[in-house]
Amino acid sequence: MPHQLEIRGLHLSFGGLRALVDVNLHVDTGELVAVIGPNGAGKTSLINCINGFYRPQAGTIAFEGRDITRLPPHAVAALGIARAFQNVELFRGMSVLENLTLARHLHLRYGLAHALAYYGRAQAEEAANRRFVEEILDFMELEPYRHQVVGTLAYGVQKRVEMARALCLEPRLLLLDEPMAGMTVAEKEDMARFIIDVNEERGTSIILIEHDLHVVMDLSSRVYVLNFGRVIASGPPQEVARDPRVVEAYLGSEQAGEPA
Amino acid sequence: MKPFPAAGGSAHSTAPAGAAPQDPRALSDGLAAQAAELYSALSPEARTAQTLPQLLWARAAGPDRHRPALRHKEFGIWNQITWEEYAQYVRWTAQGLLALGLKPGETVAVIADNIPEWYYMELAAQAIGAVVAGIYQSSVAREVAYGVQATGAVLVLAEDQEQVDKLLEVRDQIPQVRRVIYEDPRGMRRYRDDPWFLSFQELLELGKAYGGQHPDAVDRLVAQGDPDAVCLMCFSSGTTDLPKPVMLTHRNVLAMGRHFTAIEGFRPGDDYLSFLPLAWMGEQMMAVATGLVAGFTVNCPEEVETIDHDLREIGPHLIFSPPRVWEAQMRQIRVKMEDSTWLKRQVFHWGLHVGLKVADLRFAGQPVPLSLKLLHRFFHFALYRLVQDRFGFLRLRKAYTAGAALGPDVFRFFHALGVNLKQGYGQTETSGIFCVHRDGDIKFETVGTPFPGVEVKVSDQGEIMVRGEIVCRGYYGRDDATQAAFTDGWLHTGDAGYIDPDGHLVIIDRLQDVMRTQGGEVFSPQFIENKLKFSHYIKEAVVFGDGLPYVAALINIDAATVGKWAEDRRISYTTYLDLSQKPEVARLIREEVARVNARLKPEHRIRRFALLYKLLDADDEELTRTGKVRRTLIAQRYRPLFEALYDGRQEVPVRTTFHYQDGRVQELEVRVAIQSLTGEEAQDGLPAAAAG
Repeated sequence: MPHQLEIRGLHLSFGGLRALVDVNLHVDTGELVAVIGPNGAGKTSLINCINGFYRPQAGTIAFEGRDITRLPPHAVAALGIARAFQNVELFRGMSVLENLTLARHLHLRYGLAHALAYYGRAQAEEAANRRFVEEILDFMELEPYRHQVVGTLAYGVQKRVEMARALCLEPRLLLLDEPMAGMTVAEKEDMARFIIDVNEERGTSIILIEHDLHVVMDLSSRVYVLNFGRVIASGPPQEVARDPRVVEAYLGSEQAGEPA
Repeated sequence: MKPFPAAGGSAHSTAPAGAAPQDPRALSDGLAAQAAELYSALSPEARTAQTLPQLLWARAAGPDRHRPALRHKEFGIWNQITWEEYAQYVRWTAQGLLALGLKPGETVAVIADNIPEWYYMELAAQAIGAVVAGIYQSSVAREVAYGVQATGAVLVLAEDQEQVDKLLEVRDQIPQVRRVIYEDPRGMRRYRDDPWFLSFQELLELGKAYGGQHPDAVDRLVAQGDPDAVCLMCFSSGTTDLPKPVMLTHRNVLAMGRHFTAIEGFRPGDDYLSFLPLAWMGEQMMAVATGLVAGFTVNCPEEVETIDHDLREIGPHLIFSPPRVWEAQMRQIRVKMEDSTWLKRQVFHWGLHVGLKVADLRFAGQPVPLSLKLLHRFFHFALYRLVQDRFGFLRLRKAYTAGAALGPDVFRFFHALGVNLKQGYGQTETSGIFCVHRDGDIKFETVGTPFPGVEVKVSDQGEIMVRGEIVCRGYYGRDDATQAAFTDGWLHTGDAGYIDPDGHLVIIDRLQDVMRTQGGEVFSPQFIENKLKFSHYIKEAVVFGDGLPYVAALINIDAATVGKWAEDRRISYTTYLDLSQKPEVARLIREEVARVNARLKPEHRIRRFALLYKLLDADDEELTRTGKVRRTLIAQRYRPLFEALYDGRQEVPVRTTFHYQDGRVQELEVRVAIQSLTGEEAQDGLPAAAAG
């Protein structure tokens, strides 16, 4: 069976800086795969290539058998790949509900004529969309913030809204870029539970970008380790954690142990 | 034990102790007649039903069957469940419980937020003669294990994975639990293979299948319902002991619901928001028993965190909250006003001032002058309605507080804003409530007048004793505790109190915390201390009188407020010691004490007091770290002062050491004056104070 996402020989460079070098990676349907690595290892660049922000110089990215290497971001999103950004990218002046409803525009099928008439098809679709948004609100436990303006919410809550926005696209593959960065321990635990639930309850495949190895140990089925743009190790998290190259990449410079 | 005489004008009366009927629990004829008269205000089904499920069945077949019984917000929309649908869900659930082999008398424990399934499970268990027991959602695994063990539950309804995980953690300690039913399937996929678990949906399906084979099994059981069967277990508050499961029968909770509904006039069409844990008797009493008797709509909030929003959307007609909720709401209103614009703030302060004036006049039973009435009318539209709207109080007819004493300032605040806030009193053992303020007869130092069908007396020890249909059967599996809780059919409430001349019940304190004067008069030192500390000028007060001829106090003035007061009057002072011994300050505090005395029973009034020359401090072990006074230690440390309170001297020399900030220590002799309140002051309070 072909992989849901297959990346072969990916090269990306900015002038003389080689961000990604011969990256091979695959994700199967329903899998939770983590990509870890120190700061500047190329993790975010990899995601940017997948969802069409960056055009790699060489290599191919195939999603469900279709080459998406050169597709623009909106086309990638329409195919079923959604992304939650590391730095929350929401309309800060709008409410949670408005942000999430806006993310549903991809799934609106009615045209201008229907919109003008409103009653009938447009109304039915809007109602169905609201229903979907409410399900996501419930799923991400965001009901208390429904009508609050995003800019006024705590950072940990904003990250949850960011993930909810991505889920509103009904993705089959979700790209999460450091969803737990800057969170308290309690918030991290909550977020880990949400990630597992998205993966298991909704059956959504996930690529989780994280720089902390410990966070992904219990979450993911497979881990890819990036260092200076190269995949230096991959496999089940326990194996990867013992790999001497990984230990060196992570711990080599820090005798004290814990990667930051 | 002496029965307390019935007060004039009150509907309440007590039977003489000698004429107690054969059954220690049975009502005397007079009270039964009064209760029957009261019940005539109720709807026919509420009068005749013998059990809660019978009442639900009657409502589902009656003229109100298409009215909403429950409402639940889900996915942002309020979903309505009519009485007919409610009964149908209960029937399916009950059939499901029968299919699982639940027998009459067995117990189902519930650990869930206020969701419709809680109600379905409760009424379903009761429909087949089983018992429901609530466990607080916030309990940790150990407490959940205790709750399940103590009630002997064989089935558990758990809301979600969080609660299920607690049960799994203590699974080996609760072997009698046959099945666990969960409401929210989220996160439960890992447990799917475990036959211990069953979703609520699966339970309903089981019930529907069972109903196909035994279509009238549940209806038959409901019709056979025994009014004296235990239907509910709630845990008594366990301040000293582990909480004990209180067994309540249909008769208990229906009597409570009938009284409460008939007295307060709840009716179908009223809305109630159910946001406190259903494991608490207070919520059970409002949302389940009273809800069924009155036929009002119970609204379940979306999430615990959305209550404020849900409250505003529902705009309930009645609210029942413990004091902390009211206190928090008052703070919230005040903070929001302080953050508001200048003009709004001015309107708020003026409007509140007018509101307080009117409220105080009404509390005192005095007429409101026409000019004030007009002003009050103006602010009704300019302020009170607007604030009420913000908090969802626009349709509010009755608001209750119970569980603990609510400060008079909070009471006055809400009345000033037009919220009809009333105090209720009762305990888990008395089905939640048996005393309540009647409309227009509100005294905030009392808990209101007892229900007509309930006998209340004060024992020789000063303890409040209760008897009547609302009183529980006892504690499950704790015969020892049950024995201890009853004397000749009278329930010991554990509270010390008395009935005032208007027939209102006044709670002094927990019996174990009260003191007795030489004359045997029961009083609560904390109660008097708190009243004293309510004055801005008094920082700390220590009340004595246990085994002594009268009540006396040592008082700490508040350095900041008294200092400011002295400066405003050009009274110069140097140190705290100096300030505390100024004759002017003594006069000021004397007025404050007289003011407090005016609100106390004559025997509880402070006859003599002295101002302490030093602030009581936790560092000196005079206060506990939680701020409670250490009475005995203070009496010893300030022995000469303490003795002078009772030996009639006007002044007493005290040697004290004074610690300077730089570490020097100086010995000082201070002559501390002992203040006596004259007979008139001690009895009636200063004329000026009484007016304030």
